[in-house]
Amino acid sequence: MANYEVHEHDVLVIGAGGAGLRAAIEASAQGVNVGLVCKSLLGKAHTVMAEGGVAAALANVDEQDDWKVHFVDTMNGGKGMNNWRMAQLHAQEAPERVRELERWGAVFDRTKEGKILQRAFGGHKYKRLCHVGDRTGLEMIRTLQDQGIHRGFNVYMECAVTKLLKDGDRISGAFGYYREDGRYVLFKAKAIVLATGGVGKAFTVTSNSWEYTADGQALAYDAGADLIDMEFVQFHPTGMVWPPGVRGILVTEGVRGEGGILTNSEKKRFMRDYLPESTKSEFSVDDEESKRWVEAAIAGQKTDAKRPPELSTRDNVARAIYTEVKEGRGSPHGGVFLDISYQDAARVRKKLPSMYHQFKDLADVDITAGPMEVGPTMHYIMGGIRVEADTQQTRVPGLFAAGECSGGMHGANRLGGNSLSDLIVFGRLAGLGAAEYVKGLGNNALAINNDHIEAAIKEMDEPFEIGKQADAKNPYDIQKELNQIMSTYVGIFRNEEDLTTGIAKLKNLKEQVKKAGVKGSKVFNPGWHMCRDLTNMMIASEAIAHSALSRKESRGAHSRLDFTELDPELAKFNTSISKDGDAMKLEKTAKPVMPEELKELFAKKETK
Amino acid sequence: MPEAILKVFRGEKDSGTFETYKVPIEEGMVVLDAIHYIQQNNDPSLAVRWNCKAAKCGSCSAEVNGRPALLCKSRMDKFEPGQEITVQPIKTFPHLKDLVTDVSWNYEVNKKITPFTPAPDANWTFYQEDIERVQEFRKCIECFLCQDVCHVLRDHNRKDAFYGPRFMVRMASLEMHPLDTANRLKSIKEDAGIGMCNITKCCTEVCPEDIHITDNAIIPMKERVVDEFYDPIGKFLKSIFAGK
Repeated sequence: MANYEVHEHDVLVIGAGGAGLRAAIEASAQGVNVGLVCKSLLGKAHTVMAEGGVAAALANVDEQDDWKVHFVDTMNGGKGMNNWRMAQLHAQEAPERVRELERWGAVFDRTKEGKILQRAFGGHKYKRLCHVGDRTGLEMIRTLQDQGIHRGFNVYMECAVTKLLKDGDRISGAFGYYREDGRYVLFKAKAIVLATGGVGKAFTVTSNSWEYTADGQALAYDAGADLIDMEFVQFHPTGMVWPPGVRGILVTEGVRGEGGILTNSEKKRFMRDYLPESTKSEFSVDDEESKRWVEAAIAGQKTDAKRPPELSTRDNVARAIYTEVKEGRGSPHGGVFLDISYQDAARVRKKLPSMYHQFKDLADVDITAGPMEVGPTMHYIMGGIRVEADTQQTRVPGLFAAGECSGGMHGANRLGGNSLSDLIVFGRLAGLGAAEYVKGLGNNALAINNDHIEAAIKEMDEPFEIGKQADAKNPYDIQKELNQIMSTYVGIFRNEEDLTTGIAKLKNLKEQVKKAGVKGSKVFNPGWHMCRDLTNMMIASEAIAHSALSRKESRGAHSRLDFTELDPELAKFNTSISKDGDAMKLEKTAKPVMPEELKELFAKKETK
Repeated sequence: MPEAILKVFRGEKDSGTFETYKVPIEEGMVVLDAIHYIQQNNDPSLAVRWNCKAAKCGSCSAEVNGRPALLCKSRMDKFEPGQEITVQPIKTFPHLKDLVTDVSWNYEVNKKITPFTPAPDANWTFYQEDIERVQEFRKCIECFLCQDVCHVLRDHNRKDAFYGPRFMVRMASLEMHPLDTANRLKSIKEDAGIGMCNITKCCTEVCPEDIHITDNAIIPMKERVVDEFYDPIGKFLKSIFAGK
């Protein structure tokens, strides 16, 4: 029998970004025994890269704001596909979660009155994003990390989970390995919270870090949970496009929130042309009104001017930039221009310090002196593991999910700033839900099936066996091919022909994945880790492609060239992907219906 | 296409050698891109830590031509054409494999620091000018390059006596928070060993976030420690007022 370490916890949290840390803190606070597994070192998770802010209706800057407006903005941004209850909980609880971060030591930028400062962002009616310059994610993860280390839970750093284990229908543990030396580890756990983030590494141009390999989505799928609305993949409008090594790295929406202007090669400010009819009234009528809005925002004064068209939702701005470039009005390196250099240089450096350094150090561009070049980059997946809104439990008893790996909260398109608030609101609810589930179990002993452990070990040993064979494939080559397939056939604009081709290519690629092999030892071997990550990315990629093919309409981030209109009927169903033997099953399941009192908050009609 | 010559330290637990690799240069390339190129094309088992590739996470710390640096911020075009580029792991922490070291000591140190302690009745109103100093310290991305270059840790291996610049910055961020009420001065003096620092400012020089570690964090804390423990007049005054 192979050797492995054994640990036992009531609740095991997998993933230590904002959601995972917040879940671990909450579960601990409920008095259960908690373990936290993270694939990187603590504090390095993708949350650290979030820039612009955390959305919460504190009404510190625009006093008209409240949770209802935030709720309506979120549902409108998500084109009605959001789970209404999640959107409601999120809008209601975000302010308290942000205040809690402050009590735990987060130091947000201040208003003149000494309160938390809030900035404008796309799709938010009022200035709502609490921020620290453009490094809000760092502030949040460090605050949670420094809070977490005093809560008495165990942290397993640089450890990856490869298999969830069940006793009958219930979760009973997880199996994995340490990246450091490849030793195997078994976690016995009564409940598991997945907080593993997104799937970006399946795409060529992405703002996501290496960790985003769909681990939670794949683990949950394998364990019997279902993935909903995986077709909704967000392309952030502004990623760096040059130099090649940094292509895709995020340029915060905060640049536009602070007054950044988008222009094409003809120096035309094009965003006004792409505003959907139904939302036009929320934006300025001309550049003069935009200018008044920006001046008032800088001065911290009230104004009746409406916000600039650059602050439309991300799906819309990404499509606009893509179209401008495709129609030949792009910048030299295949993007468009984003300019904030007309503002005072010292202010730009103060409000957007990381952007200033990012462009200066990596692209030799001084953003206080001239424009940046930007283009769409794969940024976020709205779809994910289906959970119950109030507890974050999946349909597998004892399995919970929170943050980006879960689905429902953001519908067809996420608003900027709603991700960081999602992490702390639903991270907490997942930790609470898991702790209560464990308490409800009482002393029921859960078994671990030894055969399942043996199978998990065999799966992890295999790439070394394959690596000895002559026809072994380099895992990095396979990833590159996966990236090309997803970016070419399942990208920002889709049609039936491309999606069908993409699905066929993914099917072929799956055979290649089985031949991925490595040489060397298990000591910190990234090639070996990649072999396992590929399996996860393949599951998510197929789920995205099949879901995208099945949604015959354009809605939010899902743009079909062959079905350009929005079909109101299709908002009534979620796309559900689950495992059926060895096959992937797709179903349309009824979406929860919003109660009347919330429906009354909406005045306008749905738009694409 | 022009080629760069990289000499990368390969091996496990200190036993190893520099292997030479040729890497085609693209415009705007950084050393981390070159390491990834080797990983993809020469040896997938080449170990390197990295996450964000945008100088935000502080994972890819190493020594490039002997200088502590983030690999993702080290531009290839700052080297002369044809110049060999050596890449090796940071020296101050135990070597694991290739460019990866065991930095877990830092996480143990952090646990010893008294966390943020606001007054229970704090009203949470404070102003931008009150937090400018603290926000500078909170930019830290925990790359541990300052720890790597610190003489006390690097040359004298006094991890038993000195927390290192990173945690001086962390303690300063707590001590200078307008609403913090804890007193860490005894711990800063005795446990963290602030007296070990002889202000050579090497840490400040390598900080990728441009935090003025020595001037803004360490020296003001040294002054506070001196005021608290070594100032005879202060001590005398305190003894009088303590009797009141």
